[in-house]
Amino acid sequence: MDTAWLSFASAPATRGTVYGTALNFRSALTALGDATRAAPYNAPPRAPILYIKPRNTWIGDGAPIPLPKGHEAIAAGPTLGIVIGRPARRVCPAVALDYVLGYTLVNDIALPHSSYFRPALQQQCRDGFCAIGPAVLARSAIKNVDALAIRVWVDGVLRLTSTTAEMIRPVRQLVADVSEFMTLHAGDLLLTGLPANLPLVRAGQCVTVEIEGLGRLDNPVVAAANLSSAA
Amino acid sequence: MRTARIAWAGAIHAVTESQGRIRLADGRLIDESEVVWLPPIEAGTVFAVGLNYADHAQELAFKPQQEPLVFLKSAHALAGHRALTPRPAGVKFMHYECELAVVIARTARNVSRAAALDYVAGYTVANDYAIRDYLENYYRPNLRVKSRDSSTILGPWLVDAADVPEPMALELTTRVNGRVTQRGNTAKMIFDVGHLIEYLSAFLTLGAGDVILTGTPEGVANVDPGDEVVTEIAGIGSLTSYIVEEPQQIAAAGETAWAS
Repeated sequence: MDTAWLSFASAPATRGTVYGTALNFRSALTALGDATRAAPYNAPPRAPILYIKPRNTWIGDGAPIPLPKGHEAIAAGPTLGIVIGRPARRVCPAVALDYVLGYTLVNDIALPHSSYFRPALQQQCRDGFCAIGPAVLARSAIKNVDALAIRVWVDGVLRLTSTTAEMIRPVRQLVADVSEFMTLHAGDLLLTGLPANLPLVRAGQCVTVEIEGLGRLDNPVVAAANLSSAA
Repeated sequence: MRTARIAWAGAIHAVTESQGRIRLADGRLIDESEVVWLPPIEAGTVFAVGLNYADHAQELAFKPQQEPLVFLKSAHALAGHRALTPRPAGVKFMHYECELAVVIARTARNVSRAAALDYVAGYTVANDYAIRDYLENYYRPNLRVKSRDSSTILGPWLVDAADVPEPMALELTTRVNGRVTQRGNTAKMIFDVGHLIEYLSAFLTLGAGDVILTGTPEGVANVDPGDEVVTEIAGIGSLTSYIVEEPQQIAAAGETAWAS
């Protein structure tokens, strides 16, 4: 048993606020291309673009992802989750990792959407749209968090490969730049962004996300009408 | 009934109002001036609605929304009555927003507008500060504008829904250093409280303690360090906050050795 693995009981990755980061992967920003200079965006992003995955979205490994009625598929969202260990405000990149307890794996699920102009609650904040786990790995157990392989399978077929090396703001820069304008608190989870070309997953299929060293998350997609807890 | 959370004598207390004073659970009555006010609830998800008064939308040169413009902020952004709200150095336009805050009582999913008020625990006053200098056109308004530390003031009291028979006919007033700068009425909301609960619960599950900030009418104005800002809603309460300069220190290497 590797002692670097911390259980969720001792490392409450879902006790605080879960922040997602948009357009932090080169492939995702490149996919927008010159559109960032046209309306409605008018300029490329400067500060980190954050959104919140509220508590109704949180599920664990193995739990079903409800596919809302009237929608064909969800988009898988493999991302590295930074678990904050102590309050971070105005920390510089050189010390930012001192504020990180560890890392976890997150499937930041959304309904496919192409506009980043307005907050996308209807696409990102559905019940069960944020799978977290299976555990938290201590920061010291990862040698280079900015060079981890990312993979997504649908029903066992490899559908996406990427790497955290694609991040425009690597982990320490992202923690520093977010802490420039607000405090990250112990137990908060900061997601580091999604690559382009996210695989679509239909009801009846199972999605598996993996980040090197952080394990895998397996979640079946189930028509919401077939789940008693969701409409 | 009115309930609040306060810090007093080294502990946090859930309190009620009694004869203009604060009543602890054990019956002791203390004066308002003795306490530190906290947000009246431990909030779950915090929803905020933008451009929900036609006059304010016009003020900001937007057409009225076809559907609610909803964004989220962290519960970490909340602070209680008499909070100090930092204004970053060098910004040109930081403004208050007086808003009716709705606190959800119980799990709500697919609730109709007609039944929605049955899911409301109560109402309180919010002041949802924004720093317009930081607006960018990505998931706008983003957290740098709207989810800063102590930038969302809530309180002082949570007023039971049963004691607010007409939540859609409440006067809103903001005073800066005693001068009225903003007036409105919840009757002028584009999407009323019932509509907002119906809209949100149609695609996600609302939980007890979730908060919906319902938007602000016209009359926003810049505030500076030293200003006292009072947002008031008739029958709900009067909520004060003070603008202060944001501290500038940066944690540097060497200051932060942390045994992990």
